[in-house]
Amino acid sequence: MRKIFVEVYAHFSKEGEITPISFVWFDGKTYEIDKIIEKRNAASLKSGGQGIRYKILVRSKMLYLFYDENRWFVEFT
Amino acid sequence: MGRVILHCDLNNFYASVECLYQPELRNKPVAVCGESELRHGIVLAKNQIAKAFGIQTGDVIWQALKKCPNLVILKPNFPLYIRFSKLAQQIYSEYTDLIEPFGIDECWLDVTESTQILGSGRKIAYEIKERIKRELGLTVSIGVSFNKVFAKLGSDYKKPDAVTVITKENFKQIVWPLPAKDLLYVGSATEKKLSSRAIYTIGDIAKSSPEYLRRILGKWGEVLWIFANGLDTTPVTPPLFEDNIKGIGNSITLPRDLTCYEDAEYVIRMLSESVAQRLRQQYLKCFTIQVWIRDSSLFAITRQEKLQTPTFLAREIAQKAFEIFKKNWSFKNSIRSFGVRALDLVCANSFYQLEFDSLKKFKLEQLEKTVDQIRKRFGQSAVLPAILLTKSNLPCEIPLHNKIHPVAFFK
Repeated sequence: MRKIFVEVYAHFSKEGEITPISFVWFDGKTYEIDKIIEKRNAASLKSGGQGIRYKILVRSKMLYLFYDENRWFVEFT
Repeated sequence: MGRVILHCDLNNFYASVECLYQPELRNKPVAVCGESELRHGIVLAKNQIAKAFGIQTGDVIWQALKKCPNLVILKPNFPLYIRFSKLAQQIYSEYTDLIEPFGIDECWLDVTESTQILGSGRKIAYEIKERIKRELGLTVSIGVSFNKVFAKLGSDYKKPDAVTVITKENFKQIVWPLPAKDLLYVGSATEKKLSSRAIYTIGDIAKSSPEYLRRILGKWGEVLWIFANGLDTTPVTPPLFEDNIKGIGNSITLPRDLTCYEDAEYVIRMLSESVAQRLRQQYLKCFTIQVWIRDSSLFAITRQEKLQTPTFLAREIAQKAFEIFKKNWSFKNSIRSFGVRALDLVCANSFYQLEFDSLKKFKLEQLEKTVDQIRKRFGQSAVLPAILLTKSNLPCEIPLHNKIHPVAFFK
């Protein structure tokens, strides 16, 4: 399990809620987030970290995207 | 209905946070240690594997390495630990507003009122334990009881990742066989006094008479008797309601020993700046200055003296502290650690007898307040007393906060 830090484009609502829209993968390609299935605080025991965890669907693949102290990373096998 | 109090203790806190962020270390013995170059090189926390090698908090690094040569030694990352401490408290706050932190990794929670909505203390404890694990990736051990002292004993009873319930019915079976030193406020000196009178367990304390304990230990004897019998009624006090502060102090273990009065004057000034600044922040002045000195053989003394008029001026605090120091220290041994403390605090605008040169003092107060504002805007080292620029091998930053506040059970 690897921890891949990514650049994220996100929407900040007036209420202060952050919704990630897309991210730049290490190959330089930008991927749209098709759906956010779940959002909650969680620890990433596999790749190491803690923050708000977004369970997301990207091109029908399920991923965990973490927002950990101002940085975003993806748990990646 | 009795009270329901939880004591939550994050297990191996610093080491667990480090292992969370570095999963490759999870199966290795890990210890978080202070920096040895600054002579803070002791074990602050260790993980479960290191514990199995007999490594204890407070061990010097070389001792720890002797017990376990493969030990992974990490430097502490306090901002990260404080973040996790806050996150844990956020979770606790969903169960009650009565939360009393005891150090960075422990908290008491009074959930008496919440049990009517959320279920028994045991149920709440299990829920908190699971949430901490899932949301923070840490384990916590929780004691559930009807008073704070037994709740704390419960959280120590089984570790890690466990819940222990101590009730009015079962406390004699669970608590009384435990060694006396497990009880809050039984340190090594008290333990010695007790064991020399064949008082070995908490049950022995409970079964002794309070008068007898008072004769051995003074008023603390009775307090211990109350603790051991489960009669403690101390409330869980959130820091918000904390009553008046009793003293503001700062101390430091130095990167090199202090060997002359010039060195000491330097350190006193540095600490006094910090103490004075924090007094002003709290809008307080002090009547008494206390100096704490520990020499290279770890022998320590504390001396204090009263001031004529209360002050929050760094220069006055430093002057008094240096005076006390000169009277009480002859440099037979060099100094390893040093502390300055302001006591007998009064509100900064309270009345006192004026002196002939009060106007001058008033001007100095304005000056130091202005320095605070400059430091607030441009950083703590924006304005320094000239003396703090004279020694390159001693630290010269003026610490504004204690990293971790030591707290007392009785407030």
